[in-house]
Amino acid sequence: MINKQRELILAFESSCDETSVAVIENGHRILSNIIATQIKSHQRFGGVVPEVASRHHVEQVLNCTKLAMAEAEVDYEDLTAVAVTYGPGLVGSLLIGICAAKAISFAHHLPLIPVNHLAGHIYAAQLITPLSYPFMALVVSGGHTELVLVNEPNEYQLLGETRDDAAGEAYDKIGRVLGITYPAGKEVDALAHQGQDTFNFPRAMLDEDNLDFSFSGLKSAFINTVHHADQLGETLDRKDLAASFQASVSDVLVGKTMRALAEHPVKQLVVAGGVAANQGLREKLTATLAIEQPAIELIIPPLRLCGDNAAMIGAAASVQLATKAPFADLSLNAVPSLDLV
Amino acid sequence: MEFQTTSAQQTETVGEKIAPLLQAGDVLLLEGDLGAGKTTFTRGLARTLGISRAIKSPTFTIIREYRDGRLPLFHMDLYRLEHSSADDLGLEEYFDGQGVSVIEWPEFGADVLPKDVLTITIKRQSMSDEGRQFTLVAQGPRSEALLAQFKERWI
Repeated sequence: MINKQRELILAFESSCDETSVAVIENGHRILSNIIATQIKSHQRFGGVVPEVASRHHVEQVLNCTKLAMAEAEVDYEDLTAVAVTYGPGLVGSLLIGICAAKAISFAHHLPLIPVNHLAGHIYAAQLITPLSYPFMALVVSGGHTELVLVNEPNEYQLLGETRDDAAGEAYDKIGRVLGITYPAGKEVDALAHQGQDTFNFPRAMLDEDNLDFSFSGLKSAFINTVHHADQLGETLDRKDLAASFQASVSDVLVGKTMRALAEHPVKQLVVAGGVAANQGLREKLTATLAIEQPAIELIIPPLRLCGDNAAMIGAAASVQLATKAPFADLSLNAVPSLDLV
Repeated sequence: MEFQTTSAQQTETVGEKIAPLLQAGDVLLLEGDLGAGKTTFTRGLARTLGISRAIKSPTFTIIREYRDGRLPLFHMDLYRLEHSSADDLGLEEYFDGQGVSVIEWPEFGADVLPKDVLTITIKRQSMSDEGRQFTLVAQGPRSEALLAQFKERWI
């Protein structure tokens, strides 16, 4: 039975580190957004460990669900639908959220909405401010670097993507070279703010006439620089290394985004994904936009909505509900390499 | 078998030369540090298999599948399993399957890897940004045949 006054979606997200369950009202109001993170456990291991991830999701998903329902002060009978991330991500982790969502959908006769993790990141912005179409989205995280034009609700056009490593992955890998534990983004960002761009690393593909990215060459240049210094018995300034790396990443991200905005007129630019938390990127994007495209509204969700969370999945699910996108049935499976378009 | 490459392009050529020899069920293990050129090698291999999509790093998802070439390519990266086990991932299903498996950081999944494998070790040469030392070692009859065929093509 559909509640006429309030659209209430119970959403699950378990694609990688975080087990998260949320209740979203009318697609934009967060009634609860419980996030149990596994980062502490992963730090010991220097990376996301799928086996550990699955086990932790199992332990946490029921508790998160109870907490999310209690904090939202709703009952299962009040819900409109259940939503869940079905990809991309780690198969074992995704399956935990999917199983939980299916069980609740089945037990309470609720429609099951399958959500693409990237659509979730993009629609995190809807929890902050109303979106006007078309809008541009820059999705940057450990697994993704994509420029997406959202022409209409739930209608995505992939304008450009990384051809090799994701921006966040490059942070984690050079972080390892600097001896920084996973996830390295925050610490590299902090180090970068104390240093200068002295190494002048390459800005890959910045001058090419397309909207794609590449961070593998930057990673190699960084490793080569450190490697050469090691062989000569020199120690390089970690702050300057971090600042130089970060300057290259943000120059390319901002440069390509500006090119996309010049080619496709929009009123809003959404920055989504874990790397949206990066201060260096935020500063450069804000400053460049103010000069080149002052009319465009920049929407960067607060930190808790930039990382993986279920509230964003609920927001995307609400858009799918409104556009009458197909529901899933109980045969829904995880799709680890799911594309947005 | 050992040889050297002098550029990233030539490292990609190694992959291009091996691709036409591959059969369903072949497993290549790629060893080498961060930035050694494992993905560069795989890119050449994938293109020559007829895969048109860009080969992206599989680090985040562990496995990326490409099915638009002559044979399916399963590109795996076990980097993030360093202190864990690959037991529960179901990798065996890929090894027995209809495609070619290329596995980066195989040392982190040693317990689940098949016996018949071609191990390709890529090492950077000192004081050179792009020069690489390749070492190819075959284990098992199928990989030995593959290596013998490759030797003829490489010279």
